[in-house]
Amino acid sequence: MATITEVLARPTYGASGLWSWITTVDHKRIGVMYGATAFVFMLLSGIEAGVLRTQLATPDTDLIGPGRFNQMFTMHATVMIFMVIMPMGVAFFNFVVPLAIGARDVAFPRLNALSYWIFLFGAILMHFSFIVDQVPDAGWFSYANLTEYPFSENMGLDFWAIGLLVLGTSSVAGGLNFVVTIINLRAPGMSLMRMPVFVWMTLITSILLILAMPVITVGLIELVMDRNFGTHFFNPTGGGDPILWQHLFWVFGHPEVYILILPPMGIVSEILPTFSRKPLFGYPFVIFSGIVIGIMGWAVWSHHMFTVGLGPIANSVFTITTMLIAVPTGVKIFNWLGTLWKGSIELTTAMLYALGFVFLFIIGGLSGVSHAVSPSDFQQQDTYYIVAHIHYVLFGGSIMGIFAGIYYWWPKLTGKMLNEKLGKLNFWLVFIGMNVTFFPMHFVGLNGMPRRIYTYAEEFGWGTLNLLSTVGYFIIFIGVLVFVYNIWQNRNARRVSHDPWDAPGVEWSIASPPPAYNFAEVPHIKGRDHYWIEKDLAREAGNPITEPEPAVDPSTIHMPSPSYWPIITAAGVGLIGGGLLSHYGVSFLGGLIAFIGVIGWSNEPASAPEEGH
Amino acid sequence: MAHAPETAHHEPAHPAHGEAQPRHGGTGHGEHSGSVGHDYTTTGLNHRKMLMWVFLGSDCLFFGSLIATYMVYRGQSLTGPYPADIIDIPITTISTFVLLCSSFAMVQALSATNNNDQRGIKIWLLATAILGGIFIGFQVYEFNLFKNEGLTLGQNLFGATFFTLTGFHGAHVTLGIIWLVSLWILSFKGRIRPDTALDVELCGLYWHFVDIVWIVIFTLLYLVGGFDAGPAILGGEH
Ligand code: HEM
Ligand SMILES: [Cu+2]
Repeated sequence: MATITEVLARPTYGASGLWSWITTVDHKRIGVMYGATAFVFMLLSGIEAGVLRTQLATPDTDLIGPGRFNQMFTMHATVMIFMVIMPMGVAFFNFVVPLAIGARDVAFPRLNALSYWIFLFGAILMHFSFIVDQVPDAGWFSYANLTEYPFSENMGLDFWAIGLLVLGTSSVAGGLNFVVTIINLRAPGMSLMRMPVFVWMTLITSILLILAMPVITVGLIELVMDRNFGTHFFNPTGGGDPILWQHLFWVFGHPEVYILILPPMGIVSEILPTFSRKPLFGYPFVIFSGIVIGIMGWAVWSHHMFTVGLGPIANSVFTITTMLIAVPTGVKIFNWLGTLWKGSIELTTAMLYALGFVFLFIIGGLSGVSHAVSPSDFQQQDTYYIVAHIHYVLFGGSIMGIFAGIYYWWPKLTGKMLNEKLGKLNFWLVFIGMNVTFFPMHFVGLNGMPRRIYTYAEEFGWGTLNLLSTVGYFIIFIGVLVFVYNIWQNRNARRVSHDPWDAPGVEWSIASPPPAYNFAEVPHIKGRDHYWIEKDLAREAGNPITEPEPAVDPSTIHMPSPSYWPIITAAGVGLIGGGLLSHYGVSFLGGLIAFIGVIGWSNEPASAPEEGH
Repeated sequence: MAHAPETAHHEPAHPAHGEAQPRHGGTGHGEHSGSVGHDYTTTGLNHRKMLMWVFLGSDCLFFGSLIATYMVYRGQSLTGPYPADIIDIPITTISTFVLLCSSFAMVQALSATNNNDQRGIKIWLLATAILGGIFIGFQVYEFNLFKNEGLTLGQNLFGATFFTLTGFHGAHVTLGIIWLVSLWILSFKGRIRPDTALDVELCGLYWHFVDIVWIVIFTLLYLVGGFDAGPAILGGEH
């Protein structure tokens, strides 16, 4: 019996070093782990993009050949979407949301750790495809028939599908956790209409995750069954319909693009007011347009299928819904511009990135509307024009927003400020490089260059613009190196105050880096822009706030203790996936480990022994 | 850095930001001084219960997509066996009835828990699990029968959609049985009491959900689709 209690006991609270990261359930650390992992994948995927751009720089090049080229664009996009932008969003959910709603952690800290570990193992699982050199190669939306035998005979697409299934579990678990956290863990006084916009966007994104991931899960399961168990879901030789895959994929896929953009929209909605020194213009409109986007995002998926032949009625309906969804998107843009209007604007790096977001996102939105019109989309579908669109919204939008958020919350995370000179250099290189790379793609696209071809003949005259795009890539590359250097040199930076931006969010009222328990005393939220109100009131009382909330002895505050069951359970889940790719015995072992993990999890005492609770 | 927040007072000062008093009057001072994450919740609803509800919402989309696949491929099989050849409605009516009874037993288990009726807890938890087990038994029997009559995953679209949908439902039931048995074992340690009734309630929520999904499946795959006799059934357009 003694041994059982020992096994079930929680790791001690003070554990340090690697072990403390492995067993952590602290939302701030989990946020850091999400962010760091996603950043590594960003570099990896960025290198893949470099391979693509080098191959395309000049006409009639045969640097890597068509097979490798397919693998590179497939993995570049899959990694960027599922292993970079999504987890980067979750990194911000983790670090920011509990702080911004005045909570001590998320509602389910261990489930949170589980989400991270499953994400990590799923991402690694998919990358095993490189080790066995059977890399997925059917594009990020992997249309049937390309995914069916005999068109795809190696295991690449099994890696793709099973990797995404594992990643999907992580996303749903994370989504559930943040819905409950945001609805149920707000500090007193934080009514829904006082929640920071970022928290609102997290809530909407989490709901989209919860509802959209199961749809792609079913599609992926059917794909795996087609490939391994002889079904014909998407295979016409057995009566199946490849178009069903497209429907399942895009019913998920369009909500997915909002999953990718809403968190950065939230980030930007925090940063613009801070550095314009005035509250967000039209807060309720920003919130409601976010909700409307979340709902309408389910009614536009077939705009990805205009050329499939669904017929004039379907195409007209989806043209209209797609044009309509641009309206709430536009509303947000006007709110951001209204926030800047007559503000006293301070051009920090975070602000530059936020402004870059607004500027580039407008371009991406406009090209989006231009292919919302189905007849015009017939000219654009599957050309570089689409590639330009998706990069203006995903790079110009999501990635810019993510960088903005990193620069903005870095001082809260570390207590130090990233170097602003390097930051601005970083911004301008990325911003200019991004435009040099992707703006020409509008033109090569309209000139007829299809996406996903590995080379092109000189006579087509696409050479110059392609070379320009490749040059742009290297400008971005240098910009990212500057960012890496900025992070690296941050060790030596001097400490700054707890509130270096004079920011409105309640998270800025506590020390930087925040203590493990976040808030010694749970705050009473006084309104939107809580901390601005507090600071104003204090100043009017002749007693301006200069210090963070005082620290207390951590042992007086009960915090969830570390746990190793999340990583064990996640390892089990990863092995189940790995077994499907190798030997079913491994899956069985994984199932067993996951089962043991769950049993240990539910029998684990609430706190470490010596805490004596 | 240029930002010296201690001195940076930006004029004009921020305009008024809404009312200065919290609109939530309910929370007194004593309650929120160290228990966030344990008892305190903004809405007063329990975290775990909310988690379960949201999860079930997610699962709706999962089954919804599987059901949609079935409906899209209804009548599209190129070869037999077709549903009319092998679907046996009377037998499945019995197993459906068994599953409904298990929901009743689940309700009894929860009310026994609330009344701290230890004997009732053990009986009804076990009864629910056994009824669920009988349902799975029927399903195994049915799957075997169909296989022997030539319906496999790869045979036609009916086989693929039928086995996938009912198979994933069966997996859900199996998981529920494991959960029920775990609770049943815990009940011998005195761990199932009115103050831990939530443990039973959550399992019950899940169990009822899985039941309701089965009612939908039974209606669509058996009562509606069970008579489909071949590719032409949906009219001449195919
Ligand atoms: C003003 C709002 C938007 C409109 C009207 C719009 C419209 C469209 C349309 C019609 C397509 C299909 C084009 C084709 O394949 O021929 C498309 C593709 C795409 N859009 Fe948008 N879009 C908008 C915003 C966004 C946002 C915010 C994102 C993501 C952050 C996004 C990401 C994508 C992606 C990834 C694709 C391409 C998928 C692929 O084929 O690989 N779009 N968009
Ligand atoms: Cu779309």
